[in-house]
Amino acid sequence: MSRIAVVVFPGTNCEHDTVSALRSLGAQAELVWHRQDRLDEFDAVVLPGGFAHGDYLRTGAIARLSPVMGPVARMARQGRPVLGICNGFQILCEAGILPGALIANSGLSFICRWVDVEVVSTDSILTSQLRPGQIIKIPLNSYEGNYVDPGFSGRVVLKYVDDPNGSQGQAAAVANLAGNVVGVMPHPERGSDELLGSSDGLGLLNGLLAAARVGAGV
Amino acid sequence: MAYWPPPGWGQVSEGTTVLDDEEPTEVEVLPHQLLGLTDEEYASIQKILGRDPSPAELAMYSVMWSEHCSYKSSRIHLRRFPTAAPWVVVGPGENAGVIDIGDGWYVALRIESHNHPSFVEPYQGAATGVGGIIRDVFTMGARPIALWDSIRFGPLGLPRNRYLLKGVVSGIAGYGNAVGVPTVGGEIGFAEHYTSNPLVNVMCLGLLRHDQLILARSGPPGTKAILLGAATGRDGIGGASVLASASFDANSGQKRHSVQVGDPFEEKKLIEACLELYERGLVVGVQDLGAAGLSCASAEPVAKSGMGIDLDLDKVHVREPEMTAVEMLMSESQERMMAFVTPNRVEEVLAVASKWEITAAVVGTVAAHGEVRVSQSGVEVARIPAASLVEDAPRYERPLGEPQWMEDLWSNTVKFVAQPAIATALVQMLDEPGLASKAWAYHQYDHMLFLNTVVGPGHDATLLRVQGTTKGLALSVDGDGRLCHLDPRRGGARLVYEGALQVALTGAKPMAVVDNLNLGNPEKSEVMWQLRETIEGIAEACEALGLPVIGGNVSLYNETDGIDILPTPVVGVLGLADPMPPMPPRLDRAESGMELWLFGAEWAINLAGSAFELVTFAHVGGRPSAPDPAAARVAVQAAQALAQEGLAPVLHDVSAGGLAMAVAEVAIVSGVGATIRYSDWRHLFSEDPHRFIAAIPDANSQRVRELTAAAGIPAAPIGEFGGTEIVFDRNGVRAAVDLEVARRTWDQALTRRLA
Repeated sequence: MSRIAVVVFPGTNCEHDTVSALRSLGAQAELVWHRQDRLDEFDAVVLPGGFAHGDYLRTGAIARLSPVMGPVARMARQGRPVLGICNGFQILCEAGILPGALIANSGLSFICRWVDVEVVSTDSILTSQLRPGQIIKIPLNSYEGNYVDPGFSGRVVLKYVDDPNGSQGQAAAVANLAGNVVGVMPHPERGSDELLGSSDGLGLLNGLLAAARVGAGV
Repeated sequence: MAYWPPPGWGQVSEGTTVLDDEEPTEVEVLPHQLLGLTDEEYASIQKILGRDPSPAELAMYSVMWSEHCSYKSSRIHLRRFPTAAPWVVVGPGENAGVIDIGDGWYVALRIESHNHPSFVEPYQGAATGVGGIIRDVFTMGARPIALWDSIRFGPLGLPRNRYLLKGVVSGIAGYGNAVGVPTVGGEIGFAEHYTSNPLVNVMCLGLLRHDQLILARSGPPGTKAILLGAATGRDGIGGASVLASASFDANSGQKRHSVQVGDPFEEKKLIEACLELYERGLVVGVQDLGAAGLSCASAEPVAKSGMGIDLDLDKVHVREPEMTAVEMLMSESQERMMAFVTPNRVEEVLAVASKWEITAAVVGTVAAHGEVRVSQSGVEVARIPAASLVEDAPRYERPLGEPQWMEDLWSNTVKFVAQPAIATALVQMLDEPGLASKAWAYHQYDHMLFLNTVVGPGHDATLLRVQGTTKGLALSVDGDGRLCHLDPRRGGARLVYEGALQVALTGAKPMAVVDNLNLGNPEKSEVMWQLRETIEGIAEACEALGLPVIGGNVSLYNETDGIDILPTPVVGVLGLADPMPPMPPRLDRAESGMELWLFGAEWAINLAGSAFELVTFAHVGGRPSAPDPAAARVAVQAAQALAQEGLAPVLHDVSAGGLAMAVAEVAIVSGVGATIRYSDWRHLFSEDPHRFIAAIPDANSQRVRELTAAAGIPAAPIGEFGGTEIVFDRNGVRAAVDLEVARRTWDQALTRRLA
């Protein structure tokens, strides 16, 4: 079974939801405190949503300095799966592991609601199990969810069907060129049960699991 | 020793305390009066101590004996509430009520108001209201998992009211989202009376294992008191006495620095640290620092344990230098918690605090002497019998009397000479902010965290699943100032019945009630009458349904420039669905071809206090119908059975706006038209209680007939869903509203006024 690290910074709040969604798919997901400086035993790492360090100074500005971010960057370079969800996406951008930045929503309000997103590319650890053009429904939950990328070097793998927050190219998820590092603004783990409104997010997390299994040599 | 002003008081930098803002006037104002204590109360303090109190002692009494902390005006009436039931674990009087929901799970629930702070500074007032209620819940050993808010403002035509609404909603969002507790429901109301006194009530629910319950107790002598969390600063000084327990006037802006400033990140760390302390069994008892700050958190647990405490203020971590004892004892700086720890566990507690990056300091030791002894710089600044702060607070049996205006109010009814234009009336109601969609607000709140929200905001009641069990928790929160203005007893009772019906519509059995009584100045006999009547109504309804009141809050002095708010009780009802229905009813599941059913007795026609009269005639008058306990019980049982059997994809109560509004809401959110057949137009707008509607597929109607006949509740199809209009049909005479027009009006009523 592949092991997935779910990093907890002070102020992170989606760690338990992320672990439970991954476990429902059969992954061995474990919480890892941000002061840990080794992730060697893990096949993939997730930076979950929340407000790491209260989002003080700027989202991700303090979290990027945590000891755990050394091994996260190393895994990214080595081509191993790294997923940032919401605040995790912001941290990956702030750490320079993904290009671009996330600024305040164009409407200057926090947005928590279901959104439809379209699969633009299946060439990433998040979208590999879906079809191009497929439309799925998952919840958005952010204030700084507006993606900007002046260098146009981020590869959009999911885009919003409508335009909730002003993101450049309506980007909902962005990957590096190799596709092993992905930041996604809406929450796949919240779309994990029909009883709560949709289980479409599991299709995304299945991609992470598939990639982690490859790393684990399974 | 000069008792006033205390040393250092005059050195406080400008804009940090309220008490020295006020210029000397012709009349000499005594120190205790500045702190909100009456001359008689001051005399009692002298009697207890056998001497004049020191400044620090006077400060402690002033906050602990404030209306906000001591309930001195309401306590004798609150005894009227039924509080017992086999499933009640902790009733009123602790930080939160706790009930047993089986399988080893307890639920903690609490409601609180933060009205005055939110008027003075809406963002921080609301934010710290959220922070405070969350602390009350995790003080019981529970993980806070959900928040609700009930908020009321003046009409949105006034810029100041728009500013307050936006500020309060962003404060709730800013704090609740970041602290990581989802806001899963609530309500927003409007009336002129709230222009100068908005209401912000917040409710929090927590979940805990039965063996993790913790109470505010100090343990035996030698137990260490450890102060955890944020540093103590000069914010919120006198919040409980100066702000929460006094009326407002034109100078209330000067009270801004009595409002605390919230830090959700600090609170998030404090929650996680405390939950780890509980899990590892490291604490004997805990008390959060809310109203009355350090005074309350040190005195209350030791008083309840028959102990005393030696408190050393030099050990308290402070935000700024040279704070006086008075300031430290009265400060309501947020995100602080007092833990009582046996000496051999102190190191472990400090290590947990260090892991979560919060400050912790041993500030006191429990002692057998029964006194709160406070020292600063080696000097004793206070020595008070602990019990006197808690138990000797004054109790007032204030004079009460029925207001003279009640008879006039009741006889002031609308005489209808012709049937009004029904379609127009519906559109007007859809455009009324109090009745329209609140998506603008709840889309700013994280309402999905923890993956529990099965039925979320925008419904009658929230339904949360309890993971790892088959159970669901249903909660509704409702207030009504207009109805209670017209008849506080009937209004109070109807809120309980409405809440109970709403939770039953999710398939849950109503289990417990919390209440927040928002009223005006208790020194007026009319207000005290309203308080007594409201309590009586709530109590009667709770008794009729067998519901215990497990906690509550009383917010008095909601008065500005001599004008009291409408008496506005807010009632939270907690229900347990066990098991949770596999497909719980929602509002958005009506489909073309389904039958529209109405359940509940047809009433004597009464439009008093209805949204219809308010919106179409700007009229508030008449006497609302008395609720019927027997009909209420039947409605609750039938609703619960219908939901449990999965017979109705949609169940919705008939409340504000009546039947017309209830059907319109279902049609709009389901995206399908509806036809309602009626005989008397007044049935469309009556808000008489104990009625609800349903969308029912043909295949289920026979079973629905059997079930309702057996339950003894009148029930009949009154129309069907389908088409693109909301149609009112009286013997073939039709009035219709286009569904898209209805949707747009309802969707945009709030946003277009706030743009």
